[in-house]
Amino acid sequence: MGIKVYGSDYPITPNVMRVLAAVYEKELEFDYVPLDMKSGAHKQMPYLSLNPFGQVPALEDGDIKLFESRAITRYIANEYENKGTQLLTKDTKKMALVEVWVEVEALHFDPVAIKLGWELVYKKIFDMEPDMAVVEENKAKLAKVLDVFEARLTQLKYLAGEAFSLADLNHLPIVHYLMNSQVKQLFEERPNVSAWCKDILSRPSWIKVVTLHEKLKG
Amino acid sequence: MGVKVYGIPHSTATLRVLAAVHEKELEYELVPVDLRSGAHKQEPFISINPFEQIPAFEDGDLTLFESRAITKYIAYTNEGKGTSLISKQGKEMADLAVWMEVEAHQFDPVSTKLAWELVYKVFFGMEIDNAIVEENEAKLAKVLDVYEVRLAMSKYLAGDSFTLADLHHLPGLQYLNGTKVKHLFDERPHVSAWCKDILARPAWEKVMALQKQARND
Repeated sequence: MGIKVYGSDYPITPNVMRVLAAVYEKELEFDYVPLDMKSGAHKQMPYLSLNPFGQVPALEDGDIKLFESRAITRYIANEYENKGTQLLTKDTKKMALVEVWVEVEALHFDPVAIKLGWELVYKKIFDMEPDMAVVEENKAKLAKVLDVFEARLTQLKYLAGEAFSLADLNHLPIVHYLMNSQVKQLFEERPNVSAWCKDILSRPSWIKVVTLHEKLKG
Repeated sequence: MGVKVYGIPHSTATLRVLAAVHEKELEYELVPVDLRSGAHKQEPFISINPFEQIPAFEDGDLTLFESRAITKYIAYTNEGKGTSLISKQGKEMADLAVWMEVEAHQFDPVSTKLAWELVYKVFFGMEIDNAIVEENEAKLAKVLDVYEVRLAMSKYLAGDSFTLADLHHLPGLQYLNGTKVKHLFDERPHVSAWCKDILARPAWEKVMALQKQARND
């Protein structure tokens, strides 16, 4: 029995895309199972037995069940160490830096960026009005975070070193969404951040995620 | 040469790291950071943590920040010492990954808001926002319902052994245990047993003793 990734229908949420990026980087066979979230399938059994918090994504790999996108990407990176792209490293000091920037994505980048994604991308898809006060507040916060990234990426090609890692991968979905929004200039006006974005978004695995996403649009 | 932890023993994130160094029985130095004078927003601290927050960590020429990255480094580089805090294969590793994320994304945001209102504000004589307390008490109840089901299946969150998934909760649990939302934990028998168990760990008691001493200094 292969891997199943449970997620949303179109538009695929960033958290789900994060997992898809990982399965593609590792060149794994999988089935994508879009849930009928409009009818609340994610808040009922049987899905709740996969994710008791009633959120997407979830993943099944044989008899192993996981939820929380960053736990899933971490599991995939560890379990399939010998397949596809190396997302981790055995060098303990280098791995420590991967861990730092994995946390940075989760606790500094995502909370701010996801609010902007919601206001500027998601709401647009559903024809809703963005809250410009929220947009302005989070644009300012994102600018500060990206200043730190710019300094970091001046020294290194990727966030945790010279190789693409789990830390960069976890950023892909929201970087993708925001680079297709009115805040893309925050990324473009920082040359090292801009180069990094272009690089990671052009990875074959990410292009596969976007292709799958477009297919679901129907 | 031991490791250095930069921070203060009242900050939950610093406490998270101190719990790990004590579980691993490491030699370390706690280097205080004078938040009031803005030391965390200046050099030399910002070279260690450009996000201007405590804690930070130094092991020789390696500097780290983000408490949950630091605890992982401590756990993985000291596998032969003290308590094993991790699992490396298969299902146990998967469960550890899941419940570390649950602590960070489901428990901590709610716990932090409640601790701010019911511990920090009280300590500094500031007015509590009851709407925030009520909203987050309700959210915490829902989170703990999930924990109750989980802890009926295994002694600790990621299985039958104490791991980082449990350890990361310690500072939040300690603070909330001294507030009116304690009843949410007490009312759920498996959650209650788990809380009592992990808060009574000798390593955590050492951290609490350190905190108490810092208060008296």
